[in-house]
Amino acid sequence: MSTGQIGFGTAAARLMARDLRIALRRSGDSLLPLGFFLVVTTLFPLALDPELSLLRDIAPAALWVGALLSSLLALDLLFRDDGQDGTLEQLALCGQPFAGLLLAKTAVHWLLTGLPLVLVAPLAAIALGAPYGAMPGILAALLLGTVALSLIGAVGAGLTMSLKRNGSLLALLVLPLAVPVLIFGARATALAIAGEPLSAPLYLLGAMVVLAATLVPWALAAAVRIGLE
Amino acid sequence: MSQLSAENLQLWRGETHVLRGVSFVLGRGRCLQVTGSNGAGKTTLLRALCGLVPLEDGSVRWDGNDIRNDLTAFQSEIAYLGHDNGLKGDLTAHENLYYSVGLQREVAAQAIGAALARTGVAGHAAAPVRRLSAGQRRRVALARLVLRAAALWILDEPGSNLDEGGQGLLGSLLDAHLRAGGAAVVATHQPLPLSPAQLHPLLLA
Repeated sequence: MSTGQIGFGTAAARLMARDLRIALRRSGDSLLPLGFFLVVTTLFPLALDPELSLLRDIAPAALWVGALLSSLLALDLLFRDDGQDGTLEQLALCGQPFAGLLLAKTAVHWLLTGLPLVLVAPLAAIALGAPYGAMPGILAALLLGTVALSLIGAVGAGLTMSLKRNGSLLALLVLPLAVPVLIFGARATALAIAGEPLSAPLYLLGAMVVLAATLVPWALAAAVRIGLE
Repeated sequence: MSQLSAENLQLWRGETHVLRGVSFVLGRGRCLQVTGSNGAGKTTLLRALCGLVPLEDGSVRWDGNDIRNDLTAFQSEIAYLGHDNGLKGDLTAHENLYYSVGLQREVAAQAIGAALARTGVAGHAAAPVRRLSAGQRRRVALARLVLRAAALWILDEPGSNLDEGGQGLLGSLLDAHLRAGGAAVVATHQPLPLSPAQLHPLLLA
C-alpha cells in the first residue's frame, strides 16, 4: 500500500498547482483586492489639493495603508472555501506535514494577491506624484512588505476561519501585528521618494519576512487545527 | 496485525461530556458500526480517532502504538470521509481525485478513471463537481476512498444522499475493503449490508 509514495516537495507543488488552477477558474476573486488598492490610492490625489509636494508627502502612507487594507480583504480567500467544503480537513489528514502544506497555500495566496499588487503599485505611485527614480525602492519595499503581510495575515485567517462573520475580528487581530511592517514600509517608501538611501528599513523589512517565515508555519498549523476541531 | 483500539476515551465539549469512557478493540477485516441518537457524539468520536480533535483522556492505538506518537504517519494510513465531501466545486471529478490522492502517492489517470467507473460516475469525470448532484458528489468522494487504498476507513454517515444503488455500492465497497484485510469505523443509522462476523456494534449513549 506504500507504492509510489511521494515526498513533501511534490505534494506541496501539486497543492500549489491545484490552488492556482482554482484561482484561474474564478479569477474575479483575486482581482477584487487589487481593484480596491488601485481605487483607494487614487482617491487621495482626487480629494487633496493638486499640489505635488503635498501628494508626495502623503504617498507613502496612502500606498501602505492601501496595501494593508487590500491584503486584509484578500485574506478572506485563503482558508474560507477550503474550510467550508471539507478539503482543508482532508489536507490535514493526507499524511504530509500540515504546516508545510499551509505555507505552500500561503505562498500561492501571495502570488495571486500580493505580487499583482506590487506590479500595479507604480501606477498608484505615479498618481501620487512619486518620481520615476523612486520606483525600484518602492517596489522592493512593497515586495518584502506584501510577503510579510501575507504570512502574518494567514495566522489570523486560520484563527478566524470557523467564525461566521469574521471580517472585523480578523482586522482587529491582524492590523496591530502588521504595524511594524507598515512603519518600515512607509519609511522606506518616503526615503525612496526623497531620493535618499533606504537600505536600513529594507533590511528591517527583510528581517521581518525571515522571522515570519520561520515562526508562521507552526502558528498557522496550530491555528487551523483549532479551526477544524 | 493492524488493529485499532481505543481505551477509555474522554472528551468534553464546553459543558457537555461527549465521550464518556469509550473503549473498543477492532481487528483486521472488521467494521465498527457506531450508532447512537443525534448528538451522542458519533462525529466527535470519529474525528477524535482521526486525530482531528484532541482527547482529554484515554488513548487510541494503531498496531499497538499510540497515534499521538506519530500522528502524520497514522494519518497517512487512514481514509476519512466526513459530512463534507472534501471536493472543490471548481475542479472536475478527475482533477479532484488527482489533487487529493496525488498529495500522498503517484496516481495514474487510468486508476482515477477506474475508481470513478467503480462508483458509477465515470460519465461525469470531466464535469466540474459543482454541477453534480449531492448523490453524485458523494460517489466521487467514495471513489477517493477506493483510490487511497488506506488500511483504515473512517466514515461519517457515508450513505447520506445516496440512492438505493449507491447504498448497495457502499456495502460492496466496504465488504471488499474488509475482505482485503482492511478495517473500518462507520457512523450510520442505516443497517450495513455486512455479515455479522464482520460487524462490531458500538452504541454511544
